[in-house]
This record gives sequence, structure tokens and C-alpha cells, in this order.
Amino acid sequence: MSIQSNNLKTESSTALPIHVQDLTKKYGEMFALDSVNLDVKSGEFLTLLGPSGSGKTTLLMAIAGFNRPDSGSIRFGDEEVILKPPHKRDVGMVFQSYALFPHMTVAENIAFPLKLRGVSAAETAERVATALKTVQLDGLGDRDIEQLSGGQKQRVALARAFVFRPRILLMDEPLSALDKKLREQMQIELKHLHEQLGVTTVYVTHDQREALTMSDRIVVINKGQLTQIGTPNDIYNHPANAFVADFIGESTMLPLTHDGSGSLYFEDNLIKTNYKTSDAKEWSLVIRPERLTVVKDGQYDPEKTIVFSGVIREFIFQGETAFAMMSVNDKYTLSFRFGTDASSWQNALKPGDLISLGLNRSDVIVIPGGREL
Amino acid sequence: MNWLKKSASDTQLTHGDRLWLYIIATIVMLLLVIPTLIVMPMSFSDSQYLEFPPSNWSMRWYYEYFESSKWMRATVTSIQVGTLTMLLATPMGVMAAYALFVSGHRASKLLFAFLITPMIVPVILIAIGVFYSYGRVGLNNTIFGLVLAHAVLAAPLVMIVITSALRNYDLNQERVARSLGATRIKAFFVITLPQIKFSVVTSALLAFLTSFDEVIISIFVSGGSNATLTKHMFAALRDFIDPTIAAISTIMILVSTTLLLATQYISSREK
Repeated sequence: MSIQSNNLKTESSTALPIHVQDLTKKYGEMFALDSVNLDVKSGEFLTLLGPSGSGKTTLLMAIAGFNRPDSGSIRFGDEEVILKPPHKRDVGMVFQSYALFPHMTVAENIAFPLKLRGVSAAETAERVATALKTVQLDGLGDRDIEQLSGGQKQRVALARAFVFRPRILLMDEPLSALDKKLREQMQIELKHLHEQLGVTTVYVTHDQREALTMSDRIVVINKGQLTQIGTPNDIYNHPANAFVADFIGESTMLPLTHDGSGSLYFEDNLIKTNYKTSDAKEWSLVIRPERLTVVKDGQYDPEKTIVFSGVIREFIFQGETAFAMMSVNDKYTLSFRFGTDASSWQNALKPGDLISLGLNRSDVIVIPGGREL
Repeated sequence: MNWLKKSASDTQLTHGDRLWLYIIATIVMLLLVIPTLIVMPMSFSDSQYLEFPPSNWSMRWYYEYFESSKWMRATVTSIQVGTLTMLLATPMGVMAAYALFVSGHRASKLLFAFLITPMIVPVILIAIGVFYSYGRVGLNNTIFGLVLAHAVLAAPLVMIVITSALRNYDLNQERVARSLGATRIKAFFVITLPQIKFSVVTSALLAFLTSFDEVIISIFVSGGSNATLTKHMFAALRDFIDPTIAAISTIMILVSTTLLLATQYISSREK
């Protein structure tokens, strides 16, 4: 089930960059958007990722034209659109609820934007057929919306959003109503669809895994502010602060000590970082559970590895990986993960066992501040 | 008596356990309906007076009604006023319900409550108020004045029906339509309205009925050649009781019941 390439490039339009400047929106005393600046590159798949109430949907709706920010500017290419109503912005939009028109057939739904643009009947039929093929619903044009499954509805909503060759595609958690398997499959399909349409896409989700899977770049948003912008790799391996480290992936955060000369230490280990350590008072070490491996005495290179020793407190089998927690001198707890293949002797671990875990120094993540940021 | 042992719902209750409920429900329904139905046989009486049960049967009071120019004029007035009320109250109520539903403004709940007060205030108070206000502007005894007053009563019903229809409707559909290039008005007429159309028709029929059945305001505000059927009936009951009233009542019951059943049928289509 992958999107077929049938001269899709002709289906797409010239993609446009989006420039958001100093965008502010207040609801009462609360900042939904707090002078947000963001440049979405032409043709890019950009995801707004954040917890509920972070402002990600407000930002998307501002780009779509459904809410008027208090101040700031939104430009599509060189054109200021902040005062333009939604129907003049030429953006395709997909909602979580699909929002298909139940009183129209599948084909009528997809033809809707073409009809509004006065496209001829013959061309409409042709473009609807191509769009249906693109989302693998060939021949289903005459169906009623009620006859479709959740996944099919989502495909129709998608087809309707790109059939008129919009310059920008906006999606508000379009997959969150689907079950896990279908969702993961649709993520790949959407990614391929985007590659083939080449349209600038802004995608909103609270699902970090979805964001990591699909995006060219991710914007982590919290309390109306952009916390970090970067590639999935950047965001995961170089989180800018405790919020990002905590929100994306699993992590254990441990405080670092700052000596007089500007070096950071975790216990006796000198921790190297590219940060200027005078920039913040507090620093933390972020450890991803899957980056820890069980090591045996004398079988590691202390130059390359930081070692933690402790007692297993918790051991949970979760399918493709197992999750365990190790308590170090009752001072802090480390989470770690490992594969569950039959040969892995870690499978034999049980609560109470004494073990040592090694962290490769190149996997060390340092962030300014502490957990309560 | 197998039926008594069958389960009546998803719970373990059988129809037998619920027998007492069925009996009470039947009694309540009979009490509600019998006083209405009792006029039906009375209308087919041959007697000069209202009589139950009639000793002799005849259709004479129906002829009396259909051949009386006074009754016919009143009937035409009632239908006119009902239709105009419907045409005025339905769009007004739909617009108000839509606006208050979509705005999400803090004051919109308050405004909604304010707009449905005509349903809560005793109609006699509205009638008195309307009568004296109309006296100043010369609207008493006019069709237009009566339609305005009836629309005040009917609009809240329309608002309630439409608001509940909008609650079952995904407003994102209108948003999508707008993002796809439809103006807001076009999105409403092409996307929203077709999906609440059964509720709109239902509310329109209710608006018509509200006016058609209304007595109190009609007594105060309508008169002369513009008196409604209900006003004439009330006057006839007071002055001379003859079975014509029963014949008219029977016809009105049939009309109202048909319209109500129609609204029930239509609103069940929308689900």
C-alpha cells in the first residue's frame, strides 16, 4: 500500500514558503501565541509538535485564516495574507474529524473545490479520477461517505485538499482518529504523497513519534512559544532544553556539577559539551534509555564509556523491547531499554539483580537548566 | 404469556417486571388524549347542543362550518397568519441560532436565554403588552401586527430546534469548505443548510402550528375581518355553544396532529 506515482508533479503546484513574524494571539490573559517567528521553506514538510494547549492548533488556524492574531504578520511567499479570509488563501486543509460532506458522494466531495473555481466538467472528472487514484480509491467515486472506513475517509479528505493544487497544505492531527496500525501505515503514505506533490506542508500533532516519522523539520511548541526547531535527528539527539528532552522520547535527567573552571561533571566523569558553560547556572545530563547497555567489569573502555552501577527495581517486557529501571545507591533511577531477541542474556534480568550500565560518551546529551524548566 | 418472560431491555428486567409501568403509561396517555378525542364523536351529532355520546349522527355541523362565510374567512386568516409567521420566524430563528452557536462568545448563552423568554413568560403578559404597544402604533386588528406577535412566540421554538441540530453537526465542514474556496455565506448554504434542512422544515411547521393554535394574543390583537379561527371559536364558546365548534376542533386536531407527525417523521430522517 504505497502511493502510486502517476504524473503527480503535474498535480502539484508551485510550492510557497510561509513566513510568520511576531505573531501574537491572546485569549484573555493567556498567550496562545507569544510573538512567534517561523519560516517554513518552500516544499518542506514541517510539523508543529506540542502538548494540548501549547498553541500549535492556534498557529495552524492563523495560517489557514480561521483566527485573527492580535499582531504580527503571515506571508505566503511575498504576499501578506493576515487580512485575507480563508477562501482567498488557497490552502488545502485536512481536519482530524475529516469533515467530509455527508450529503455528497466521494467524487462530489473531491470536486467541490474545483467547482468553486469554475473548472470545466471534463477537467473536473479527470482531476477527481487522478486524485482518487493517487489516494488508492480508484472506482470509489460514487460511494456515499457513510460507506467508507475511517482510513478511506481520511484519504478522501486528503484528495479533496490537494486536488485544486493549493500552494500550501495544512493538516490538523489528521491521523489521530485512526487505530495504531493504520495510523503508522498512513504516516508513510502521507510522507510519500508529500514527496510527490512537493507542496509546502504544515502538520500539527501531539504524537512525537508521528512527528519524527514524517517531518523534514519539527517545531516543538510549548505555552505559545517555539521551543526548538530542527530536523527529527536534531530534536531527538540535541534537545534544546528539559521540555524538549522530556516531551520527545524517553529520558532520564540528572543534574551536573559545575566546577570553578567551567567544566561539567557527572560524579567523577568530565562531561564534554559544545555549550559555553557560563551561559547557564544549572546543567543536566539527558540519558535516552535505549542508549544504555549492560557492561561487565573490565570489558569496557573507561575512556569511551560512563558506567552506572545499581540494582534492578523494575523489569517490564513490552514486545519488541523490554524496559527496566535501575536504582543507583537509592539516589536516582535510570531507565533503560533493550531488544528482546532470544540470544540477549539481558532477558534473564530480574528485580534485585546488581548490574552495571554503560553509556557511550558520544551519546551524552547535555542541556542547560534542570527538570523544572 | 411467553412475552411477559422476555427481557425488556439490555438489563435483566422482563416485560412482566415492567407490567406496572406499562399500565401507568397507558393511563397517563389516555388521560392526555381522551379530552381531546371526546370532541370528535360530538362533532358528528345531530343535536343542536354539544352532547356526549350523541343520540343521532349527522354531518350537518361540518356543512355548517364549510358553508359559513364567517368561519371560512377566519380560517383563511388563520392560515395566512400561520404561513406568514412561519416565513418570518423560521429565517429569524435559524439566523439567531446559527449566530449564537458559532460565535462562542461568553454572552451568547445569556443572549440565547434572553431570546427564548417568550416561551417562559406567560402568554397573557405578552398579549397585554403587545395590545397596549400596538394601540400606540395602530397595529391592532392587522394581520401584520398579529404575525409579528406570533413570530415572537415561534422564533424561540425555531432556535431550540436548530441549535440542537447544529450540536450534531461538525462545524469543521464549514471551515473546510471555506478553505477550499467557498465564502462564508456560500459555505452555509451549500454545506451546512442541506444537512440541517429537516430540522429547518420541522421548525417551520412548528412555527406555523404555534401561530395556528394560538388563542390568547389573537383574542387581544386580532379582530374585525382579521379575526383568527381560534378567536372566533373562543367567542362562539362563550356566546352560543353549538357543535360547529366540535367540527372545527376535529379538523384542527387532524391538521395539528398531521403536522406534528410530519415533524416527527422528518426529524427521524435526519438521524
